[in-house]
Amino acid sequence: MSPVQIFRFALAGLAANKLRSALTTLGILIGVGSVILLVAVGNGSSQSVQNAISSLGASAITVLHTNGSAGPAAAPTSAAGSTAFAEPQNLTVADAQALAQAQGVTSASPVVSTSQTLSNGGTSDSSVSLTGTYPSYFPAENDTLTRGSYFTTQEVNTAQHVVVLGSEAATDLFGTANPVGQSVLVAGIPFTVVGVLATKGSNGLTSADNTAAAPLTTVQDELTGFGTLNNVVVLAKSAAQVSTVEGEITSMLDLRHHETAADADFDVLSASTLLSTASSTAHTFTVLLGAVAAISLLVGGIGITNIMLVTVTERTREIGIRKAIGATPSVILAQFLTEATLLSMIGGALGVLAGVIGTRFTIVGVKPVTVPLSIPLAFGVSALIGLFFGGFPANRAANMRPADALRYE
Amino acid sequence: MTQRLPRPAAGPPWEAPPEAEPVLAPEPVIRLTSVVKTYGTGEAAVHALRGVSLDVAQRDYVAIMGASGSGKSTMMNIIGCLDVPSEGEFLIDGIDTSRLDEQQLAMVRNRKIGFVFQAFNLIPRMTALANVELPLSYAGLRAAERRLRAEAALRLVGLAERMNAQPKQLSGGQQQRVAVARALVTAPSLILADEPTGNLDTKASADLMGVFDRLNAAGRTIVLITHEADVAAHAKRAISVQDGHIVTDRRVTAADAYPPLLRQPASQP
Repeated sequence: MSPVQIFRFALAGLAANKLRSALTTLGILIGVGSVILLVAVGNGSSQSVQNAISSLGASAITVLHTNGSAGPAAAPTSAAGSTAFAEPQNLTVADAQALAQAQGVTSASPVVSTSQTLSNGGTSDSSVSLTGTYPSYFPAENDTLTRGSYFTTQEVNTAQHVVVLGSEAATDLFGTANPVGQSVLVAGIPFTVVGVLATKGSNGLTSADNTAAAPLTTVQDELTGFGTLNNVVVLAKSAAQVSTVEGEITSMLDLRHHETAADADFDVLSASTLLSTASSTAHTFTVLLGAVAAISLLVGGIGITNIMLVTVTERTREIGIRKAIGATPSVILAQFLTEATLLSMIGGALGVLAGVIGTRFTIVGVKPVTVPLSIPLAFGVSALIGLFFGGFPANRAANMRPADALRYE
Repeated sequence: MTQRLPRPAAGPPWEAPPEAEPVLAPEPVIRLTSVVKTYGTGEAAVHALRGVSLDVAQRDYVAIMGASGSGKSTMMNIIGCLDVPSEGEFLIDGIDTSRLDEQQLAMVRNRKIGFVFQAFNLIPRMTALANVELPLSYAGLRAAERRLRAEAALRLVGLAERMNAQPKQLSGGQQQRVAVARALVTAPSLILADEPTGNLDTKASADLMGVFDRLNAAGRTIVLITHEADVAAHAKRAISVQDGHIVTDRRVTAADAYPPLLRQPASQP
């Protein structure tokens, strides 16, 4: 008995009840299709989160000033000695300059930040986040210009009253007019606009565009005073070097501030830290979606058992005839197993097709990204499901006693 | 004394299987020795056969008669290797079936026995040709040879033009002739027919019995199970069964003579 012949018998068996075969196939189709699609949706959302985070600057590392062991949640204060804990030291421009010399570091920009009201005489814009920094800050933050230019290091050294506006702040104050060369009042102090940044979009709850940046010295002179820096933005040479650089920053600052990791007065954050948190969340999400899909695949498999049991019962007499004219139990077993496996594999193949077509559409705002491994995996599992769930009914057929099977009405 | 099962003889199905020992008394095709078959145990036990001994010689044409419940169906199941005796011995072509497992029994059914059932028992949605080819498929023959043999068998029963018809497109008589073609296509040692005319009208019955007569004349061993006397009249030997015993065993003509009611003696169908 050749495998080809068994395959033909199985095909004929399936063709005998096309509607039933099609519906059983549908169960597997939905299972396999949803595994591929839902895993792709999970993967897609994970990738979009990762893209959003890396757009923040994959190689940027932020060194945040904190009040020592009070942790990063405590608001940075301008003056030293405002805490009962081990004397936290200021984060200084000298620290930033030292960090800029470290290996794998492109630049280190000291940052003070404050929320200010800007006005151009008539219009005013409150709660603009004003950053006092050096020009190296802009590339570290992935900023680009639409108009004018950044301020220069020279302007920082001489504490010029110049400002670069974020796109939202610029629109709020000047509408569609060109703000470059115009004057704005920051807390009543006149500044000259030298450039406008490109729109970065919303970063969750806060707009990344309602901003302004001015030379560090000017901001400290006029607005914040010469306390600690809020943070230092360090730009690593590449995203791959971020974790090495993070370690280096920590040991350098510990040394400079004469402290240990336990009483550190700073926190080191990078996009990659956020990225790993976000990816583990997204991974959990993908696994959850995959599990839901796997359950539907299981239900499809039970559908196969169900239908094959009905088929075997219905064809008891045929099985009896086949046995009477010389079909061995193993041939009967092979025929019904082949039928079940064919059902599940046809369902699996169509499911792969449906899943792959489905991933071409955006689903609830997520652009699915197919995980290549999910396709052979889902298809392979569907074939195994046929073998496993078809095994019981096929075995029942194979072990029928021919004399009884022939008498079956 | 388990023998190696031969493949189906290579010759066309209407040729008798080669006679191994023609001079000395040939081995009987089937031999039942004190066969007892009991279903169930204890109080509920049903004694279907209570010690039946029977030899059927090559080329014989035997009718087994009996009322329902007489044990003739059980006898047919045992002779057909669909069931095994509880006690006693059943040999087919010298092979002791009690020593065979399900796999080997299936092969014995395939190579040694051709079944014809009352309900035709063709497989629906398969053409007549495919139905006849089926036992050859199970025997492992290649497609070309299967087709050649199946066509020959269908020609032999007079259905050459209906080869590609499905069972439901055929009359009862035609379906039963397809079943006969399927039974003889493997050139078995024995054709076992269980009430073959039970679902046929008089004309179709007569035609079918004519086919059996010619097959026997051509050398096939046939065992018929029936309760109709006029069907049994075609046989060379009539056995009646009652309450699990053989009650009469009447020989009409010699095992190697022509069947008594053969209409076209000596002519090849």
